[in-house]
Parts: sequence; structure tokens; C-alpha cells
Amino acid sequence: MKKTLGLAALAAVLACSTAYAQQVNVKIGVLSDMSSLYADIGGPGSVAAAKLAVADFQKTNPNVKVELISGDHQNKPDVGSQVANQWFDVDKVDVIVDVPNSGVALAVSEIARAKNKLFIVSGAAASTLTGAKCNPNTVHWTYDTWMLANGTGKAMVKTGGDTWFFLTADYAFGHALEADTTGVVEKNGGKVVGKVRVPLNTNDFSSFLLQAQSSKAKVIGLANAGGDTINSIKQSAEFGIVKGGQKLAGLLVFSSDVNALGLPTAQGLSLTETWYWDMNDANRAWTKRWNAERNAAGKYPTMIHAGVYSGILHYLKARAALGAGEFDGKAVTDKMKSMPTDDVLFGKGTIRPDGRKIHPAYLFEVKAPSESKHPGDFYTLKATIPADEAFRPLKEGGCPMVSG
Amino acid sequence: MEQRVAEPIATPEVQPTVWRTQSATILFVVMVVGLIVAPFFTYPLFLMQAMCFALFACAFNLLIGYVGLLSFGHALYFGWASYLSAYSAKAWGFTPELAILTGTATGAVLGLLAGSLAIRRQGIYFAMITLALAQMMFFFALQAKFTGGEDGIQAVPRGHLFGLIDLSKEMNMYIVVLVIFLAGFLFIYRIIHSPFGEVLKAIRENETRAISLGYKTDRYKLVAFVLSATLAGAAGGTKAIVLQLASLTDVNWPMSGEVVLMTLVGGLGTIFGPVLGSFIILVMQYKLAAVGEWVLVIQGVIFVACVLLFRRGIVGELANKLKIRL
Repeated sequence: MKKTLGLAALAAVLACSTAYAQQVNVKIGVLSDMSSLYADIGGPGSVAAAKLAVADFQKTNPNVKVELISGDHQNKPDVGSQVANQWFDVDKVDVIVDVPNSGVALAVSEIARAKNKLFIVSGAAASTLTGAKCNPNTVHWTYDTWMLANGTGKAMVKTGGDTWFFLTADYAFGHALEADTTGVVEKNGGKVVGKVRVPLNTNDFSSFLLQAQSSKAKVIGLANAGGDTINSIKQSAEFGIVKGGQKLAGLLVFSSDVNALGLPTAQGLSLTETWYWDMNDANRAWTKRWNAERNAAGKYPTMIHAGVYSGILHYLKARAALGAGEFDGKAVTDKMKSMPTDDVLFGKGTIRPDGRKIHPAYLFEVKAPSESKHPGDFYTLKATIPADEAFRPLKEGGCPMVSG
Repeated sequence: MEQRVAEPIATPEVQPTVWRTQSATILFVVMVVGLIVAPFFTYPLFLMQAMCFALFACAFNLLIGYVGLLSFGHALYFGWASYLSAYSAKAWGFTPELAILTGTATGAVLGLLAGSLAIRRQGIYFAMITLALAQMMFFFALQAKFTGGEDGIQAVPRGHLFGLIDLSKEMNMYIVVLVIFLAGFLFIYRIIHSPFGEVLKAIRENETRAISLGYKTDRYKLVAFVLSATLAGAAGGTKAIVLQLASLTDVNWPMSGEVVLMTLVGGLGTIFGPVLGSFIILVMQYKLAAVGEWVLVIQGVIFVACVLLFRRGIVGELANKLKIRL
């Protein structure tokens, strides 16, 4: 009798396990800059966001088993490429997420294509990822350079800032940002009255800022990134540029930069983002959870973190819809593109055939310290750029997948 | 860094047992066998990259270990070779062997230009000139159109070797890299043990005396510099084909520092030292990738420990203990 009972139990277990053969196994790799200049906009915060996405998804889909690993690309394309290759080949990772730093992101995008895996970009800005260098295995989630230039340029001109002066970092990225923004400004009836090319990693902006001040332009556009942006904003505050009536437009500034600079220095700065933590109750609730997961007091999630969450959630939905079976990067990407996106942070949206995720963008102005009511109360919303105008039109990107 | 660092390894009276006289040959065989077996146990792409860096460090060691010249701008030859190799393979459709040769030639030409300027000065001035030239070319790489700025050159095709062998297959590529690495390694070994190499060592020991013996030391130094840059170019060119990308990391000054570290950890002026050193540093970079910022701290600690505890490097100390020449 005991024996039969045992056998029955065994049979029951076996039956269960066949039922669970439908279980989907997913492995996600968060590849980011964990230690250097992008660690605050992505880095450990992206890992925390990814964990939240997985937890939220598993609440409703317990049959999907998700494993999460993370790595540091140290901002070196060869390290990033090495890690990506190893994750795909050895560690059986299906999807890589985040990857701030365009150089590394372009390398990873190429590897994902070659190995038919999936790459969801949140951290990198290069609009070529869905332009000339697009591929069927890459989805660009949060933002890109075209959207930043367009958002800031257009909305500033419409709100009265019709004469511009550019402080441009003197290398390809700075030139591209300046050219994109110039195009937008002129198209909307504005005028560029001058520009100055500043060497990369400059410490002393005084002569450039004096030129900007004497140009009498209403808006000073900062076509630079990272340390250059921080330095130019700090020194603008010392020169009293914003107090003198001119506006400062950051073309690549994140809320973490504003947090680091402090409101007294950053006040009056205009910038474009696609997500801001203090915009509505859903975002605030998510930020609370993110803070608990990230375990770092005084930090606020950036739009890149939100993008990691939203991107992974949508990927998991697509994966669950496809069911178990061999991973096929192209099929998963197609599924992701065919399903409308919907989550608490970005609301409803779509992914275009070129891999571009579409959602609205917002022009913000950094508050003065007196207007800020609580910690992390950084921005006043100045304008909303609707989803269909926020990103580069499909036909203008030059993506070979679209033009056929 | 003074020339004192490049102290020769004292070779005291050696008992002529077989394994002592043949120690280098034995170790070479062990290394070759190890590298042939390794891809079955480790990720081949990692090994290929490590071999490229090993060749780069060996080339650097030729200059500092055997001529006593500390170049602080070797990233220039490595990085520009990888750009030219990547560009020629991608834009001009060169086959991989031609692309790597293009990279090697780039290293040679740049080495000739930079070397003929730099060898006119000694010590810290020599190092500073090489660094300054390397930084100049870094900014050129940052601004030039064809290098892609900070995006670099991506999706470089590996192509077919001699139009026949498909290098997109990992093992084929591995064999090619192994052959290039061993050829470079043996070439350096040959240089060091030739009459020319003896003159180089004489210059390292006492340049004034070498001049008084009638050697035109500047010419010797220039030839050594160009050889070193050429081999660094071969390493850079190969790396571009292996990883299918070329980026600013390879021309930036931290790369020049990294190769110094690799050589120092392994053993300055030993033929096997740089190989071991580069493997150690690369393993650290990847195994410690998860601990983030600690990679740099640990690298720094190792550097300090090396300088304080075993100044001859791992292989150098080992050779000294066993009283053999490696």
C-alpha cells in the first residue's frame, strides 16, 4: 500500500512537471556603467529598475522564470563587446538592456544582430541606433539626440526664445547636436546669432560665456555632455547669465545632473526629458519602490531608469505571449513591435518598425530654490511635445529596414 | 621612471643542467601547448583579445626592457593601427590579412615619425614627447570623420583569410591570432638574441660607452623604436579584426599606462613577463567587471605591491629565484 502511494505521488510529481514544461525561462543582462561618469544616470539604478520590472511581471505571470545579471562595461567598447559576446554565447542571456555610452551601445547592437538576440537601449543617446545603423534586433527605448534637440529647440522657440547662441563641444557629438538643434530652431522661425566651439574637457569657460553674454541671444544652447555640461552650467551661474535675462538650454542634461548641481546653480536651465519622477502619483509611487530597492538616500531615478523598467516589462510580456521555445531575437522584436506598449511610467505607446519607441517628451525648467517645495522638486513643466512629434519621423532616419 | 627600473636580471653562475639551459624553450613549449588547449576550456574571444594585448606588451617590452626607453605613448601605434585596419576592412573591403598588414604598416610609419623626434631626448623628456605626440593623435582621432569620433568604427567584417578561410568561425580566427602572436613573439626573441639585440642591451647599460665603442646609438634606438611600434601596430590591427571594432579607448592615454602595468607586473626585460602580465590584467578586468569601481583600485594596489615587493615582476622574480633566464 505504501509502495503504491509512493508511486502515485511520483506519478503526480511527474504529471506536474510535464505541466510545468510550459515554463518560460528568461535571462536578462543589464550592461551599464557602474563606476564612472554614467553610473548615476544608469548604473546600479538601472539594475534596481530591472528588478522592479521583473517583480511586477512575476506577480501576474508566475510561470515565467526570470534571471537577472549585471555587468560593468567601464565605458570601453571592447570590454562591452567582450561581455556581450560572453553573455550571449556562454551565459545564455537573451536580452541586454541599458548600455549608456553610444560607442558601446553601437557595438552591442551589432553583436545582438549577428547572434539574433535582443538589445533594448535605454542609456545611449545616438539616434543612429534607429537611423543609418538600425537593425531588427535593437529597440531604442527612452530618448535620443534628435528628440533632445527637437524638443528643446522647438519648445524654446515657441515659448519666445527665438535667438540662439551655441556653446559646442568641439567633436563629432557636439557638432551633431548643434547642427540638429540649429535645424529645428530655424525651421520654427528662430535665428542662430552665433556659436563658439569649445575644446573637450575645458575647465575655464569664461571667455566663451562672455561671448555668449555679449551676443544678446535669448537662449544659450549647451551642445555638450558630461563634465563639460556641469562646468558650463556652474560657470554660467557665476556669471549671472540666467539672472541677466538669458536662458540656458541644456541639450543633454539629466535630473541626476540637476540634483548634483543643486537648484541654486541650475535654476532657470531648460531641458527636455521623457520622464520625470515628480510628475504624477504613479511616478512618485514607483520612485518610492525604486529608492527602497536602490537603497541610496537622496537619489532620484532618471528617465533612463524608467526606460529600463518599461522596456523589460514590455519584453517580458512579448516573451510570455510567444510561449516557451527556442529564443529567436527577430521574432521577439517583431512581437514587441506588434504589441502596443502600456505601463505605469510611460503610459500607452508603440514601437516603430525601425525600433524606435514612441512616447511624449516634456520641456522642463529647473525651479529656483524658493519655488522648490520638497527634496527632489526640480522642475516646472513648460511644454509637452506630443508623441507623434517628439521623435524623428520614420522616413528621415535613413534606416535601411524601413526604406526597403 | 628612471632607467634603473630596467635593471638586467643578474644571471649568476648557472649549473649547466638541461632544464636550466633550455628553460626558455621548455617554457615556450608549455605556453604554446597551453594556448592550443585553452580555447576548449575558456572563452576563445577572450583568449584572442588577451593574445593581442600580450603581443602589444611584448612590443612595448622590447623598447623598455631591452633598450631602456620608456615610451608613454604606445597607444598611438596600437590604436591607430586598429583604426586603419578596421577602416580598410570595412570601407575598402580589404581581406583580413591585408587589413592587419595595413594596421602594421600604420604602426611602422607612425613609429618612424614619432621615434625620429623622440629619441633625440632621454629619460623623462623622451617619455613626455611620446606622450605629447600620442595625445595629439588622440585628439585627431576624436575629431576626424572616418574614425567615427566617440562612436568608433563598428561592425568590421572579419572576412575570409586569403579569400578562402571563413574567419567568422571562432576557431579559424583563433588559429590566425595564435599564429600572429607566436610569430611576433619569436620575432622579438630573435631580435633580442641577435648581435643587434646585444647592442641594444649595451645601450641600455651604458649609452656613453656604446658610443665610445663606435656605435651610432641613435640609429639603433630608432630601429628598435620602429620595430616596437610596428609590432604594436600588428597587435592593434589584429584586435580590430577580432573584436570587429575600433574605438577611442585604444588610442587614449590610459591604454599607454595599461601596457606599462602589464609589462611591469609580468616582468620588465623578460621575454615571457609581458605575456603573463597582460593575461593577469585582462582576467582582472573581466572577472572583476561586476565589482565596478574596485577594478581600478585593485589595479593600483597591484601596481604598488609590484613596485615595492617584486620589482622584477612575477616572471623576473621567478627567473631570479631559479637562477635561469626567461
